[in-house]
Amino acid sequence: MKKLKYALFTGCTAKQSTPEQMMSTLAVAEKLGIELVELTEASCCGASHLQDYDDFLSLVLNARNIAYAEKHDLTMVTICNTCQLNTAMTKHRLDNNAELKARVNEKLDEVGLEYKGTSNITHFLYAIIDDIGLDKVKEMVVTPLSQFNIAPFYGCHNIRPSELQNETHKTPENPYNPRSLDDLIIACGGATVDYEEKNKCCGFHVELQAPHTSAVLAGKAVAGAMDGNADWIVTPCPLCHLKLDTQTNHLSDAIGREVALPVLHMQQMLGLALGCTHEQLGFKHHIEKVNFV
Amino acid sequence: MSLKLEHTKGEPMSTHKITTQTVNFKVFRFNANEDYLPYYEDYKMEVTSEEVVLDVLNRIKWDHDGSFSYRRSCRHGICGTCAIKVNGRATLACKERMHDMTELFGEELTIEPLSTKRAVKDLIIDKGDFWEKHDAIHPYLISDVQEHPEHEHIVTPDEAEQLLEADLCIQCGACHYACPVVEVNDDFFGPAAFAKAYRFEADVRDDATDERLQELHQEKQGLWDCVKCFECAEACPKDVNPIDKITKLHQMLFQRGVATSNVATRHAVAFKKSIARFGVLDEGGMVLYSEGPAIVKHLPLAIKMFAKGKIVPPWGITKSDNLDEIQKLIKSSSTAKF
Repeated sequence: MKKLKYALFTGCTAKQSTPEQMMSTLAVAEKLGIELVELTEASCCGASHLQDYDDFLSLVLNARNIAYAEKHDLTMVTICNTCQLNTAMTKHRLDNNAELKARVNEKLDEVGLEYKGTSNITHFLYAIIDDIGLDKVKEMVVTPLSQFNIAPFYGCHNIRPSELQNETHKTPENPYNPRSLDDLIIACGGATVDYEEKNKCCGFHVELQAPHTSAVLAGKAVAGAMDGNADWIVTPCPLCHLKLDTQTNHLSDAIGREVALPVLHMQQMLGLALGCTHEQLGFKHHIEKVNFV
Repeated sequence: MSLKLEHTKGEPMSTHKITTQTVNFKVFRFNANEDYLPYYEDYKMEVTSEEVVLDVLNRIKWDHDGSFSYRRSCRHGICGTCAIKVNGRATLACKERMHDMTELFGEELTIEPLSTKRAVKDLIIDKGDFWEKHDAIHPYLISDVQEHPEHEHIVTPDEAEQLLEADLCIQCGACHYACPVVEVNDDFFGPAAFAKAYRFEADVRDDATDERLQELHQEKQGLWDCVKCFECAEACPKDVNPIDKITKLHQMLFQRGVATSNVATRHAVAFKKSIARFGVLDEGGMVLYSEGPAIVKHLPLAIKMFAKGKIVPPWGITKSDNLDEIQKLIKSSSTAKF
């Protein structure tokens, strides 16, 4: 098989508040034989907040990021749901609106770049499922996670809006009954926990302006996973990870019940199954202790 | 933006084969006057590819239990009366075909009201909160109309286009009861009210746009409490895409100079400031800029995160390569002021 190669858009958190996500991404890519070319020129995607303030500027900045992936002639892989949403949304809008694309390219031309629309943009989770395949992943597992009940937490910006998201990967996903992360858990040998909140919102994006709403949503998610007898939660989104992992005291206060579970990044779960070392997976950076390794 | 399904389009009726399948329904039952708790009734039924969800509801009522209650009216997807949930997915019962439901969810289907906690009788809910929020955003043109106008108020096609899909809302409540913030915060206007507000904010004939915007972005109930989960876009049977309208209202606040300084508006602006300086986010600096002195409440968490190597000081941040390009683009492409 030809070696898989992608342009990696790390996003901001992987370089700051979730270093373990960056570490585990690189460790897992190596195990899977994937080459990642990091887009070191990329800027922040705007996280849908810059989009609230200045739509056109956010389009130009995201188009610039994609243009760098196009220069490498590679598919852009994201490791953050919100980066995925904003980058894919930019691509969708530019590819379907020639006038807007021309306006954006007029600006990019000032810095010698052009958005062409030639690179696909997909989240690492779907790149693994589409391009490597779950059967292959299963074959590569050296430490099956058979002793664990694992609660998948999908995160909004990888499954909604489904029309846009389903443009970015081959395996169709039903946002009301998503399967990708469940299937990855099963491929790793684990048992999946089905619970109501697995495809719901973690509340991260209103953490500052609506802390109570934010904490209730995250608290309910952890509670749902606990009630489903989960040993831990796994998520493909570093923002969900921050929300579920870093402040369980607030979540517990908000819903009037003690809630806390270890929360793993999708890459960390896969890394465990593929035989990466605990140091490579960066468990020491978690707030909620990863107490089972 | 709702999930698109493959339909058998263009086939003449004579060649269209009617197929049948067996479906197990779990139907939410509750009578607020008699029952202490709701319960689920099981029905095993043969359904055909011709049937919509409403046909099944009718058959339950007509063939099995005459007391089963739900709302229905136009049967043509325009009155917005029959919205319910099928396996958690907001569904206009008269519009969605049974086979599309089984394609999405298999042959075990759970039929519930849009909001179980607002159930009055079976699938009928008290939509009072929906209408209250709808009324609160002044869902009508506010204009100083002269008694004897000298000319018509012409709206050009381009201006009419500005309403986008917001005019298509049938007030079914699907988005409102799919919104997680509505569930948590009773004061939140909700996506339907915001989409309706946008419809009038974007109307060139409306004279009260700034006043309405000011009301919309009050803290707690306002625009900035939207969690950006896209549940509303997914739920809408008319592709109104409420979150897109919420985003546009956010942008209007800045474009029209109505935005006041609060933690949410500063947070949005902080992204631009941080990108201009580093290309990427300065996560700690963002919180400081957004919160101001109130940052002290985040200190315990910051200390915990710092101890775990989760906080990078401004001088340790790896700036984007070719940062000068980003800075140049921010200068030339910025369209908003604060």
